[in-house]
Amino acid sequence: MGQITLSKVAKRFGDAEVIPPLDLIIDDGEFVVFVGPSGCGKSTLLRLIAGLEDTSDGRILIDGKDATALGPAQRGLAMVFQSYALYPHMSVRSNIAFPLKMAGLDKAEQDRRVEGAAKVLNLTNYLDRRPGQLSGGQRQRVAIGRAIVREPAAFLFDEPLSNLDAALRVGMRLEISELHERLKTTMIYVTHDQVEAMTMADKIVVLNAGRIEQVGSPLELYRTPRNLFVAGFIGSPKMSFITGAEAQKAGGATVGVRPEHLRVSPSEGPWRGTVGVSEHLGSDTFFHVHDTGLAPVITVRADGEVALSHGDTVHLTPQADKIHRFDQNGLRI
Amino acid sequence: MARAVSTQRKAFNTVVAWGVALLIAFPIIWTVLTSFKPEPQAVATPPIWLGFDWTTKNYHDVVQQRGYFSFFLNSVIIALGSTALGLLIAIPAAWSMAFVPGRRTRDLLMWMLSTKMMPAVAVLTPLYLIFRTLGLLDSRLGLVVVLMLINLPIIVWMLYTYFKEIPGEILEAARMDGASLWNEILYVLTPMAIPGIASTLILNIILAWNEAFWTIILTVTDAAPLTKFISGFSSPQGLFYAKLSAASTMAIAPILIMGWFSQKQLVRGLTFGAVK
Repeated sequence: MGQITLSKVAKRFGDAEVIPPLDLIIDDGEFVVFVGPSGCGKSTLLRLIAGLEDTSDGRILIDGKDATALGPAQRGLAMVFQSYALYPHMSVRSNIAFPLKMAGLDKAEQDRRVEGAAKVLNLTNYLDRRPGQLSGGQRQRVAIGRAIVREPAAFLFDEPLSNLDAALRVGMRLEISELHERLKTTMIYVTHDQVEAMTMADKIVVLNAGRIEQVGSPLELYRTPRNLFVAGFIGSPKMSFITGAEAQKAGGATVGVRPEHLRVSPSEGPWRGTVGVSEHLGSDTFFHVHDTGLAPVITVRADGEVALSHGDTVHLTPQADKIHRFDQNGLRI
Repeated sequence: MARAVSTQRKAFNTVVAWGVALLIAFPIIWTVLTSFKPEPQAVATPPIWLGFDWTTKNYHDVVQQRGYFSFFLNSVIIALGSTALGLLIAIPAAWSMAFVPGRRTRDLLMWMLSTKMMPAVAVLTPLYLIFRTLGLLDSRLGLVVVLMLINLPIIVWMLYTYFKEIPGEILEAARMDGASLWNEILYVLTPMAIPGIASTLILNIILAWNEAFWTIILTVTDAAPLTKFISGFSSPQGLFYAKLSAASTMAIAPILIMGWFSQKQLVRGLTFGAVK
């Protein structure tokens, strides 16, 4: 079991309220991602759940039991840190066995569980090494191994892939997703990388200045962002926003169009502009179009074969059914 | 681009460096040389540098007549005891200051350090009276406590500096893994801080070994360490320079040898945190 309920949970540091009272239910077995810009309070929220920070208000329930006043170890949760936080003076075996040793398990049981975790994480050949002798990816796997052996009610990941290079990050992302499929344990994952959020999550919690802006599945957030913040945050490259007369004509104070929902043509289309920077990804090309009179820049995704040069005049056509309309308060219409 | 240094300049620097080193080491070299001289040659004018009648008689006399080893044993017990007790108190103190600092932690650290600026003689009378009342005069326990208290600010400061370098996330990981505060300090913090603790230990042993004010005042015979042993040679019968030198050599030799073998650790300890 691993249902976590936050009820009116708030956090203040002195006079500064970093997390205003919020409610959230994380169901058993869910993979929930907290996403938001730097300083939005996502790591603080995770630390409140972990018990590494005390709540200023509200209650945290784990499987229905009030865990607000419990210490980190009593909550039955395991955490994987951004810096791995391995014990550098211990071997991989001792690192993974440490929580079992603290729980007073006998040596045979410790060995059994360590061997099991090492097998799952391909660490069997590295058990007698020190963390300093491992690569970044291996270290992160040791950190995950240390979490797995505790058989926790939920795993908490605090930006665990931030220190890895891009290729390794993709590999570890898949490994963590596979681990979730296999264990079916609740996982709460903090990241500022929306690709991680979109690809891994069952449910995404978008945070901004400590407030929850929207909770939903990755596609819900992508298709029906509740407000301008979520619309701008989810999706890469980000949605272009248009205000003024053209927006009113489309039925909103602001309208947003994603780069993939715009068609680019040298001669046809209602919006006319000039090509600025082009980003070639091979399969796709992103054109940053200026001088439209609608927004400072409108980003368009085109097929990788489309050849346009800096300064070329282009016409853009938005897909009418994919336009997002927002009112004056920035809320979805 | 590296700065080019001429050969002459290098030679000049080497000569200056050796000159300074010899100047600093001269009192020790002279003491050691004197300790091997017969008493009349030790006070000869002009001084005899190396052409004297070498003898080990002074060492023999010092060990035989003055009971060197009981003083040595007291020095060892007092230095090690005060260091161990100091570490036992300072490790939890430095832990709390480094990882759960309060608003006044910095002020507290500065205040602790400021006590080192207080002249020892200012607390001589109250401390003497307290020791007399508690029956701690001329006791090893009394000296262990006094030397521990004298050096505690330095131990706390050094350990605090070391602990600050340890990432807090590792201790948080230990907490998540179910470690109690004691286990966190025992299994995670202390092993990670061993280089720092070792430097602190060595420095504190040296400081305690060399402490002369309290060790001479608060002891008579039973707990008297080597500092008292040396001061005992300035007797009313006159000064015996050669014997005094032999005694001094024997008093400083253990700590000099320890310092020599641990100099790398010691330098690292004293300069830790100075550069990243």
